[in-house]
Amino acid sequence: MSRPSNIKLFFSRSGSIWSRNIRVWSKLAGPSLMGNFGEPLLYLLVLGYGLGQFVGEVKGLSYMAFLASGVICTSAVNSASFEGMYSAYTRMDVQQTWLGMLSTPVRVSEVVFGEVLWAATKSLISVSAILVVSIALGLVGDAWAVFILPVAFLTGLCFSSLALLVTSFARGYDFFLYYTTLFITPMVLLSGVFFPIDSLPVFVQYLVKVLPLYHAISLVRPLMTGGEMSFVLLHVLVLLSFGMSAAMLASYRIKKRLIK
Amino acid sequence: MMFVMSIEKSQLPILQSVELCKSYAGKVVVNKLSLDIETGCFCGILGPNGAGKTTTLRMFIGHCPIDSGSLSILGLPMPDEGALIRESIGIVPQMDNLDPDFTVQENLHVYGRFFGIAADVLERRIVDLLDFASLQDKATSKISELSGGMRRRLTLARALINKPKVLILDEPTTGLDPQARQSIWQKLRELKKQGLTLILTTHYMEEAERLCDRVIVMDQGEVKADAPPKQLIRDEVESHVLEVHAAGEVLIEQIKQDPSIARFEKSGDICFFYGHKLNDALVMLEQSEHDDYLFRPANLEDVFIKLTGRDLRE
Repeated sequence: MSRPSNIKLFFSRSGSIWSRNIRVWSKLAGPSLMGNFGEPLLYLLVLGYGLGQFVGEVKGLSYMAFLASGVICTSAVNSASFEGMYSAYTRMDVQQTWLGMLSTPVRVSEVVFGEVLWAATKSLISVSAILVVSIALGLVGDAWAVFILPVAFLTGLCFSSLALLVTSFARGYDFFLYYTTLFITPMVLLSGVFFPIDSLPVFVQYLVKVLPLYHAISLVRPLMTGGEMSFVLLHVLVLLSFGMSAAMLASYRIKKRLIK
Repeated sequence: MMFVMSIEKSQLPILQSVELCKSYAGKVVVNKLSLDIETGCFCGILGPNGAGKTTTLRMFIGHCPIDSGSLSILGLPMPDEGALIRESIGIVPQMDNLDPDFTVQENLHVYGRFFGIAADVLERRIVDLLDFASLQDKATSKISELSGGMRRRLTLARALINKPKVLILDEPTTGLDPQARQSIWQKLRELKKQGLTLILTTHYMEEAERLCDRVIVMDQGEVKADAPPKQLIRDEVESHVLEVHAAGEVLIEQIKQDPSIARFEKSGDICFFYGHKLNDALVMLEQSEHDDYLFRPANLEDVFIKLTGRDLRE
């Protein structure tokens, strides 16, 4: 029997990590879905309804329709980040699950890639659920909205990689508060989830445009509302390059940390 | 039932290390370790805390970069071919890392999938392994429902899922009660009979003495002795030991007069007299009022203490 190629092995081993995680998830899917999908939905409904009364239309859209794209992207960000921080840290440090995996032919890069794939899958799951509700609420323009799903997955890849990089430095769960408070929350508040970024001072706009969430929203909003897409390749590339460089750095750091 | 690939008895060592070195922050943990471990050997590594046992094992499984020296396992270089080598070794870590989210059989299944073993093959192996580990009734139990001994047996079963040629165990019985320990010993002996090569570290002299064909005593990253346990006892220490507990100075001085005493050590209020017969000393003790003493054949612990000293290692 000839040995499978290294690339094939890489994907099949990463796949075994992914399927381990989905197996765990399927046991606890109820509470997990609740967190990933229930909370963003509350934001969408309450803010969309309440604030919508004052705001009226934003860029020709009802406020709820405007907000829906932002909430979808935020949910992708949060699902992936949570998985890449709290859950991954548990597996890396508390339960030593990764060290167990590394006692088999699995390598660190395969663990990291498997974890990233899994966290992106979680983003996909919660975004799908919110999308279904958005359709029911009449917030979706046309069938192009189905392409929101690959964007959600890509956003998940990007933010889980960033989260794993943070995890590689973490010495406890409290450490993640730095990242969420200093990075994730300001980014969510400023990237055009709740209001268009043109209302921000110009230099803040520049800053926001460097961060990946803005690019995810720039892809999702036109897909959601039937608007015109622009700079698609750029947005995709920004998300991809953030994700790939973070994943590679995270692999390097985690290897240093576990194989020492 | 066989849990081991059929192994041709070969003259080549299954593991060969040459001048292996490892330091952490300038402190040498493993110092020029050269070892050949032959196929089918049950090899025990003994040493006080900090002797470098665990670091050595971690190098063997590719979990610790090697500073200098070379290591080959199953004829392949470690760590360059780490993934390939790990396809053929089983690992029982010091700290349990069973998956608490899964049942007993799911733990075996998921772990087997990491090796890329097909699901139907796994199914059959899991039945056999549960039987081997005496966990048939626990297949669908959660890990939290298992006793310490059961967890260890499951970790052992998990390490056999890939039919390894070498099994590496880091303190497999630490923290277990005597019954649980004996049951692990019995399983390990069974594996040895099937031709598996086993390498284990332990703090329990009795464990090494009963199980191992070969005992390596390490201290400060170096090999202090390396031989079959019986030979170690024969070569390194006198045949008998007289332990006298809480005796007065006068009596101790009296006993010391026995010309057959080769060596004397004092630890707290216990005096150890090493020698081959110690007849005079025993007569003196009989005649005295003192009855708190023990005359026994020397064992591996005496060798261990002689080689690594009585100082506490913390």
